[in-house]
Amino acid sequence: MPAVSKGDGMRGLAVFISDIRNCKSKEAEIKRINKELANIRSKFKGDKALDGYSKKKYVCKLLFIFLLGHDIDFGHMEAVNLLSSNKYTEKQIGYLFISVLVNSNSELIRLINNAIKNDLSSRNPTFMCLALHCIANVGSREMAEAFAGEIPRILVAGDTMDSVKQSAALCLLRLYKTSPDLVLMGEWTSRVVHLLNDQHMGVVTAAISLITCLSQKNPDEFKTCVSLAVSRLSRIVSSASTDLQDYTYYFVPAPWLSCKLLRLLQCYPPPEDGAVKGRLVECLETILNKAQEPPKSKKVQHSNAKNAILFEAISLIIHYDSEPNLLVRACNQLGQFLQHRETNLRYLALESMCTLASSEFSHEAVKTHIETVINALKTERDVSVRQRAADLLYAMCDRSNAKQIVAEMLSYLETADYSIREEMVLKVAILAEKYAVDYSWYVDTILNLIRIAGDYVSEEVWYRVIQIVINRDDVQGYAAKTVFEALQAPACHENMVKVGGYILGEFGNLIAGDPRSSPLVQFNLLHSKFHLCSVPTRALLLSAYIKFINLFPETKSTIQEVLRSDSQIRNSDVELQQRAVEYLKLSSIASTDVLATVLEEMPPFPERESSILAKLKKKKGPGAVSVNELEEGKREGGELNGGGERGDNSAIAASNASTPSPSADLLGLRTGPPVTAAAPSAGSLLVDVFSEAGVNDDGFLRDLEPPTESSDSLLAEGPGDSDSAPPSVVSEDPATPLPESNELLNKFVCKNNGVLFENQLLQIGIKSEYRQNLGRMYLFYGNKTSVQFITFTTTVTCPGELQSQLNVQSKPVEPLIEGGAQVQQVINIECLTDFSDAPLLNIKFRYGGALQNLTLKLPVTINKFFQPTEMASHDFFQRWKQLSLPQQEAQKIFKANHAMDTEVLKAKLLGLGMALLENVDPNPENFVCAGVIQTKAQQVGSLLRLEPNAQAQMYRLTVRSSKDTVSKRLCELLAEQF
Amino acid sequence: MIGGLFIYNHKGEVLISRVYRDDIGRNAVDAFRVNVIHARQQVRSPVTNIARTSFFHVKRSNIWLAAVTKQNVNAAMVFEFLYKMCDVMTAYFGKISEENIKNNFVLIYELLDEILDFGYPQNSETGALKTFITQQGIKGQPQTKEEQSQITSQVTGQIGWRREGIKYRRNELFLDVLESVNLLMSPQGQVLSAHVSGRVVMKSYLSGMPECKFGMNDKIVIDKQGKGGTTDEPGKSELGGSGKQSIAIDDCTFHQCVRLSKFDSERSISFIPPDGEYELMRYRTTKDIILPFRVIPLVREVGRTKLEVKVVIKSNFKPSLLAQKIEVRIPTPLNTSGVQVICMKGKAKYKASENAIVWKIKRMAGMKESQISAEIELLPTNDKKKWARPPISMNFEVPFAPSGLKVRYLKVFESKLNYSDHDVIKWVRYIGRSGIYETRC
Repeated sequence: MPAVSKGDGMRGLAVFISDIRNCKSKEAEIKRINKELANIRSKFKGDKALDGYSKKKYVCKLLFIFLLGHDIDFGHMEAVNLLSSNKYTEKQIGYLFISVLVNSNSELIRLINNAIKNDLSSRNPTFMCLALHCIANVGSREMAEAFAGEIPRILVAGDTMDSVKQSAALCLLRLYKTSPDLVLMGEWTSRVVHLLNDQHMGVVTAAISLITCLSQKNPDEFKTCVSLAVSRLSRIVSSASTDLQDYTYYFVPAPWLSCKLLRLLQCYPPPEDGAVKGRLVECLETILNKAQEPPKSKKVQHSNAKNAILFEAISLIIHYDSEPNLLVRACNQLGQFLQHRETNLRYLALESMCTLASSEFSHEAVKTHIETVINALKTERDVSVRQRAADLLYAMCDRSNAKQIVAEMLSYLETADYSIREEMVLKVAILAEKYAVDYSWYVDTILNLIRIAGDYVSEEVWYRVIQIVINRDDVQGYAAKTVFEALQAPACHENMVKVGGYILGEFGNLIAGDPRSSPLVQFNLLHSKFHLCSVPTRALLLSAYIKFINLFPETKSTIQEVLRSDSQIRNSDVELQQRAVEYLKLSSIASTDVLATVLEEMPPFPERESSILAKLKKKKGPGAVSVNELEEGKREGGELNGGGERGDNSAIAASNASTPSPSADLLGLRTGPPVTAAAPSAGSLLVDVFSEAGVNDDGFLRDLEPPTESSDSLLAEGPGDSDSAPPSVVSEDPATPLPESNELLNKFVCKNNGVLFENQLLQIGIKSEYRQNLGRMYLFYGNKTSVQFITFTTTVTCPGELQSQLNVQSKPVEPLIEGGAQVQQVINIECLTDFSDAPLLNIKFRYGGALQNLTLKLPVTINKFFQPTEMASHDFFQRWKQLSLPQQEAQKIFKANHAMDTEVLKAKLLGLGMALLENVDPNPENFVCAGVIQTKAQQVGSLLRLEPNAQAQMYRLTVRSSKDTVSKRLCELLAEQF
Repeated sequence: MIGGLFIYNHKGEVLISRVYRDDIGRNAVDAFRVNVIHARQQVRSPVTNIARTSFFHVKRSNIWLAAVTKQNVNAAMVFEFLYKMCDVMTAYFGKISEENIKNNFVLIYELLDEILDFGYPQNSETGALKTFITQQGIKGQPQTKEEQSQITSQVTGQIGWRREGIKYRRNELFLDVLESVNLLMSPQGQVLSAHVSGRVVMKSYLSGMPECKFGMNDKIVIDKQGKGGTTDEPGKSELGGSGKQSIAIDDCTFHQCVRLSKFDSERSISFIPPDGEYELMRYRTTKDIILPFRVIPLVREVGRTKLEVKVVIKSNFKPSLLAQKIEVRIPTPLNTSGVQVICMKGKAKYKASENAIVWKIKRMAGMKESQISAEIELLPTNDKKKWARPPISMNFEVPFAPSGLKVRYLKVFESKLNYSDHDVIKWVRYIGRSGIYETRC
């Protein structure tokens, strides 16, 4: 049927497609497709044999339906049948269907493989090509397994047609890319290399792709390709535009092949053989020469093809990086392109130049184009080109032109696109630092940078300035002066305020001599910016203020006034409030030399690599400007930089700007995890400060002095009780005298639960829990009689000054307690500051007409708010020594009330709430404890030492804590316990 | 509030575009087309949010109606408005099709001006609209001053749906109870879910301002009266149902003319009806539904390439009644390659484009049964997926209300004009249709 095979109308398919195109809605389309599918199914049903033509037609329709996005689950068999047809069109449709639709795990894969195998061995080049295309299109692992051995054979066989070789090479490439392990290297590899000499250019082009890919994995095996490639290249390059006929594209001979050859050469180092190398250099020179020739055509395709070769050649030159002559020529050639009106060319030229700039041979040559590049940066319309120009400027910068380039970049920054601003800022910062000859220039530049593009200046940049200023003594005064001037601008960026705050805080004294920048003026200037800043900046400024107090004592009152103002000391932000409170306290309590120590000038930062560079690397990712080169330059400029290179992020964060670090830890008030471990150390630090403030040198002596008996221990409950207690005993029931309640109180020092009180009528149970400075107490009132209590009321009062020390809230209790019943009352306690008294609980009720009234002490004692602290022996004694003021210590020697059982003692001490420290005291008999009392106002670190003396049945108890009242009270409480 | 309203054809071309607020730009028109009409994945949600703009759409045949807003509007209100708008358009020019919309676009813009004001829905009562939006030009029938003022007072007055001074020689009213019954049944005949959604549609041609009262066998009302002992219900046994006394209505909505306060307090439905056709109420019931047909499927797979299907339908209502337009749709597997059908009654055909056998019977009396059997040949596929066996669905029309609802009375009082309830000619009709009536197989 020559007519069918030639015209090959497949009218049914055309009608079907036009039907679908005419469908008005999706539903109509689906209906039409369903109908067609049913029709095809009935045709494929099997009882009637279909001729090849209709099979092809229906398979085509199925393919079309599949491409419309519907699932096809039949027809595969018919498609496979088509493969065995002898007609090209039928075979083609069969292969098409299979490449599109057959998934790798199909059952039919065996049949398909068989058909492919037949075609491969058929010697019919068209069929072989179809089969190879199918393998490449499917490209599955199964395919690779089945044909990975076969294809190389076809590829290198002598009698294979060129077109088949071409397909085979590409097919093998595809298989190698999907499953490289299955394509085994063998003797064919050497013969593949010789394909580079093939007469047929198509074969060479296809083979090169394969060789390039293979040689990346096994460079040694394909080494021989270099000389072949060079000779091939030279033949192409030297050929006239008419020599290659079909492979000449707009007067350029074989541009694709040339590019691929050049790229293949980039996989290898420069050839060692002098002749080959000479030939290659010749080729490259020819290519560069050709670029200078007037174009043979005005068509864009011509110049594109020519430039493609040229850029590939330049890449190769850069890759070799050994031919100064060529490098310079390449650079000059690119220089011409810099002003080309073709945007893509400009882009490519800038990009290539960036790499050229890193070569030692062409660096100078690149530098000659600085004006053009700067011009490009300013006038270029395309943002991506501008970005490249900026990259190039960065790459070509060295000490000689740094000032110019940085100035240009700075001035460009004002108008730069937002997308590249941050990167530009980083670059300027790096360049300014790297090539800074004198640091005043550096400071000027960075401050300018902050002024111009403040929003884009990342933390790292301003950290870096501060590091450098701190590490370089010679620039500090200048820096202070400059920031002072910069801050005078009516609107300055927050980053500028940060830098200003920090530098003036550190080095404000260096410019204080000038009346125009007297301390007060400096302070007022900083403070005028305060309200416009965010919280972290404000925090930094507060630190700067306290540094001012140290630097200029005359500003103390002004600054204290500021700190004391409600907007600081009652700021809703915890950090600010804390700083204000602490600094205020610090400034008023500490003496000048303490202040001077605490607020000493920052020590120089340790030397580290600039974090900015890391940030730039991260930002740009691979393919960025040669950062390596930069680092090299950096090392070179290192000595110039002096102590410039140090301080990465974390180092700065830690030591920087006294963020929460020194000051907050100083007082150890940080909440959260540090409480247990860090707080005591912090507490001791504080104590350290204060003890020095007191300048008490005889602390050590006190430590050695014999303990003084505190005589008032019996009156431990304080003055309040004796006044408040007697009137409460009104009822006829005499069972509630106050002294007893004192004892009851002592019972609960070391435990939290138990029976607080009991008489014939009433039993009061207690259960309590404490966390930090908060406590909750459950009181259980049990009616022991069978008669109900009426008008049962309880009141909790805090006598005397306890009111301001303890916040006690009780929930009301039910006024009626049935006989034998129990009611519960919840009392919430908040410890505001340390206290020595106990709150009173007054209970009134009527029992059988008689009013009962009793007053008890609630067992809330200061030790309930203990937070245990673990520490090592060394730490303990260090702290012990630090708490050496006489009033900080309380000591007592008393007789044992109970048996001296070690375990019982331990349990009691643990119940106290402190941490019992083992292996601290040299004498194993002694007990040592440590803990921090959490109150709302402050934390009081306390240390305790209990020395039992078994022979004398005596104890010596020593308590030291940072607050004298606490020591005393603890001592009193504990003396009753053992 | 609604910022704009667009009508598209199936290709996404804009037929009508009316923008009410400035915050809606022209690009909103394209955004909806690109993101909804031409979306790769079919958009199923009726509300689409594109770039902080909300699109509410309904689709009528091939026409898309989309309301657009940038504000946080009440979506239910918008949809109610869109449905109402469809009703209005249908009332004016019949079916909503591209052709009709193109032919009436002046009218549609006029309507849009009237029923939506700065994005706020206005009176969309067809009867009222028809009094002042007429399809004749200004020349055709100039309205007199009086007429105009009458329209104004009507539209702005308390009873916006009826104008005064209507006169008919014959006072007539038609009452249709239209129900659609939905069912999902298991192969074993167990009812998985069933409900009836019904509408009471009235056409009234009454003079003056009549006060109507509508009564039906609502369970709550009957139970209330039941204590009084008056349960003589004539015509009850005539209808197909199982002689139920009363029905429990799950929920109902009324036309705006119904006095809701009275319904709430006495559960009586009283109203001044609009003139012409309107929907008095809508309701839903789920209990004691009369299922007019029972479908008994039997599917047998004979090997991999053959399927035998037998379906029996039984009518389950009074033998004196006739069901009409019966259609049973039996889905076939996706790899069907040939079908042979035998049926006793009606006509059956395999429709390849719908992947189903469609069996049609013109009419069928109650308490009868009929059967179809089909042999389906299958083509073996390389897909291991099992056929999902979609349910067999059914369509029909029966002359009774499957919910069991009965109209007990509809009284008309007109005090000013001298005609009484007896003078009014009343017509009541029950039509039960299938909604989604499916049986799994």
